[in-house]
Amino acid sequence: MTSFLGLLFDGLAYGTLLFLISVGLSVTLGLMGFINLAHGVFAMAGGYLLVVLMGAAGLPFLAALPLIFVVVAAASLVLERTLYRPLYKSTHLDQVLLTVGIIFVAIAGATYIWGPGQQPVSIPEWLQGQFSLAGVDLSRYRLFLMAIGAAITLGLVFGLERTRFGARVRASVERQRTAAAMGIHVERVFQITFALGSGLAGLGGALGVDVLSLDPHFPLKYLVYFLLIVVVGGPGSIMGTLLAALLLGVADTAGKYYIPETGAFMIYVVMIVLLLVAPHGLLGRKK
Amino acid sequence: MTAVLRTEDLCKSFGGLKVTQKVNLSLEAGARHALIGPNGAGKTTLINQLTGVLRQSSGSIWLNGEDISHLPPYLRVSRGLARTFQINSLFPKLTPLEAVTATICERDRDSLSVFDRRLFPLTRRRAEIDEAYDLLARLNLADVCSRATHELAYGKQRLLEVALAMAVRPRVLLLDEPAAGVPEGESDEMLAVLAEMPRDISILLIEHDMSLVFRFAERITVLVSGAELVSGTPAEIAADERVQEVYLGKHRG
Amino acid sequence: MTMVTPPHITHLARRERWSRAEIAFWLAWLAVYFLLPKHLMFAAQILITGLFALSLDLILGYAGIVTLGHAAFFGLGAYTAGLLTKVGVIEPVLGLFGAALVAGTFGFLTSFLVLRGRDLSRLMITLGIGLLLFELANRLTDITGGVDGLQGIAVGKVLGLFEFDLFGKTAYLYVLVVSFGLFVVARALMTAPYGLSLRAIRDNQQRAVAIGIPIRVRLTNIYTLGAVIAGVAGALLTQTTQFVAIDSFGFQRSADLLIMLLIGGTATLYGGFVGACAFLIAQNWLSSINAEYWLFWLGILLIVATRYLRGGVIGGMAKLAALRPMGKKA
Repeated sequence: MTSFLGLLFDGLAYGTLLFLISVGLSVTLGLMGFINLAHGVFAMAGGYLLVVLMGAAGLPFLAALPLIFVVVAAASLVLERTLYRPLYKSTHLDQVLLTVGIIFVAIAGATYIWGPGQQPVSIPEWLQGQFSLAGVDLSRYRLFLMAIGAAITLGLVFGLERTRFGARVRASVERQRTAAAMGIHVERVFQITFALGSGLAGLGGALGVDVLSLDPHFPLKYLVYFLLIVVVGGPGSIMGTLLAALLLGVADTAGKYYIPETGAFMIYVVMIVLLLVAPHGLLGRKK
Repeated sequence: MTAVLRTEDLCKSFGGLKVTQKVNLSLEAGARHALIGPNGAGKTTLINQLTGVLRQSSGSIWLNGEDISHLPPYLRVSRGLARTFQINSLFPKLTPLEAVTATICERDRDSLSVFDRRLFPLTRRRAEIDEAYDLLARLNLADVCSRATHELAYGKQRLLEVALAMAVRPRVLLLDEPAAGVPEGESDEMLAVLAEMPRDISILLIEHDMSLVFRFAERITVLVSGAELVSGTPAEIAADERVQEVYLGKHRG
Repeated sequence: MTMVTPPHITHLARRERWSRAEIAFWLAWLAVYFLLPKHLMFAAQILITGLFALSLDLILGYAGIVTLGHAAFFGLGAYTAGLLTKVGVIEPVLGLFGAALVAGTFGFLTSFLVLRGRDLSRLMITLGIGLLLFELANRLTDITGGVDGLQGIAVGKVLGLFEFDLFGKTAYLYVLVVSFGLFVVARALMTAPYGLSLRAIRDNQQRAVAIGIPIRVRLTNIYTLGAVIAGVAGALLTQTTQFVAIDSFGFQRSADLLIMLLIGGTATLYGGFVGACAFLIAQNWLSSINAEYWLFWLGILLIVATRYLRGGVIGGMAKLAALRPMGKKA
């Protein structure tokens, strides 16, 4: 029982990270139909930025996080302008090739600078260690992750439901042509959401340096997870993405604990089956 | 008279929205039948059900006395039901000659051996190529037959739409606004092409251009909100008050 | 009697005739056998990869089916050929048939999953299937050797007559004959009415249905054939290297293959071979300097290619060739 609670807790924390990273991809796909396989690169960039900011620059953990969000978001805007935008109307194959290219460059670059090994990060003391709840030892850091995740989810949902910009995003995802006809600058909306989503991925990557283990192959290693979450959640749906990420987080953690010999096998089977059963996502709508 | 193409209480709904309501359409052999109606009357939805791209919710479709309601689209084509598209739907990288020859080879595939279809080069099918060339020549497309389709002028592409449908050697031809987008002066070329079509082809024409409809059709069906409002000769339709209300009444509101 | 071939027939026949460049291409591979005896193993590897890329060209270039998991069939063929030798089937040609059968069957069965959806779900399902097989090979260590790969493969004489030698002479000719044979079949298919119908499907599915092409049947068909050829390519690699690496199934291999085809040019039949040649030579050279170096330039190439190199090498050459007669006129 205690191990079950512990697993659930770890799984939810893991799922929170996956959500932070994937939500941007979901919106990108829902909004522009752009297949951005390189989304994980932003998460990896966030991770390495944290290593640099806390190591060489000596910044405190909490100060580094918002800075990472801003830097990754800004960098993603540059990529969006120069590389992504010319291919919005291209075939999906071209988009795949471009973004695979970006992954390769990122892997090569990260290996060149930081080497192929995993990068450690020392999280502040007050986040280390365990605390006891109802007889179960839980990690402080994971609780911190979940708190951040919850806050950001609330912020996103609020922003999407209550603000003018959120209304524009929803209109653009829902009915792109109508939105454009109503005077919504869909490309601008996309640009901003792309930057926000990439920033969140960077934040997720930074928070996940320990949990997800950061190395240069990060963007490829987790590619299927991100895609799976987006497809299962339904492209463009925040709550769908959250649900899918938490489910995957718990399932993956439990799977590794109870049936370690199957490895990632089950995840792929689940992915294929879900794609066949619910091609538009669990909470997604038919377009 | 036997009907070549007939629908029996054809219905289609998307969720609660009824887009086709108990349509009983009947095309006699050699018919020149026009289907008209305001935007959103469900004309294209009806065509898509006839060709099998959409499955009807209930009712049935009969072609030459055979129930084709559950046949996949390509088999309906083999049985002689061809269509053109309102918005050009062609093969951009193929030449007109390739596209029409492909259609003819497909039509005759049961009479070709596996080797003819799969291993021997296309140019061994001289009969099919010559037939394709003749058809293109009749439609004034001979001089561009070896150019990539995407390079052709819009008017030529419009004619190729008709050529591809004709290559099926159809018994029934569904023309979805063949003159759409063609400038006023040039729609005469299309009318001439339509007028020359052999009488053993029954034609169902969907068209917005009323002058084309009244010059071409011998029988007209008016579709409103997915249901048949009235059918009759052009004179009857022109005189019908309900039709006038549908077409003119909107302006009063 | 003199018959003048009408120009529209000549135009159609251009695609079918064996051009001088094509004949020269295959003679060059024969010449390699005599001129570069020290590089036969590498040359065989290029041919095998080219054959693998050809199989992708059939389903992607000609039929327009996007896939990120084509290595699945290559890996299946490779492991099948390897495992067959373990159960006593050491004659290589039988091994090829076995590999073709297994890969083809798997291709046929998965085609129904792959062809259901549109681009995005096709990409994900093929990616998923590829990763699934990789993971399977990784876990079933008793059968596949896991991450260490399948070792100790003893291959018999080809047709019981020709023994594989240390210098790779037999292996090279064997690979050349098989590759050329399959190429001729693929070429015939693509210049026949069948190939025309595939190009029609790729160009416009909606219209292809409307002219009576049974598109599901055709696509299932070509997907299976692509799987068969990929499987044979995998088996050839196993037999000539006497080893199966687990990365036969890897995502990297599927991605590399796409890149080669892109470099060479899609729907050209030769694009795969040309791309494999350029890719493997560059890889050999650059990764001998530094492995990351290679990945970096590969990435840069991809980013540039999607924007500026449409049509690949063959497309570029065709464009140049098209320029020449115009220059003469001027």
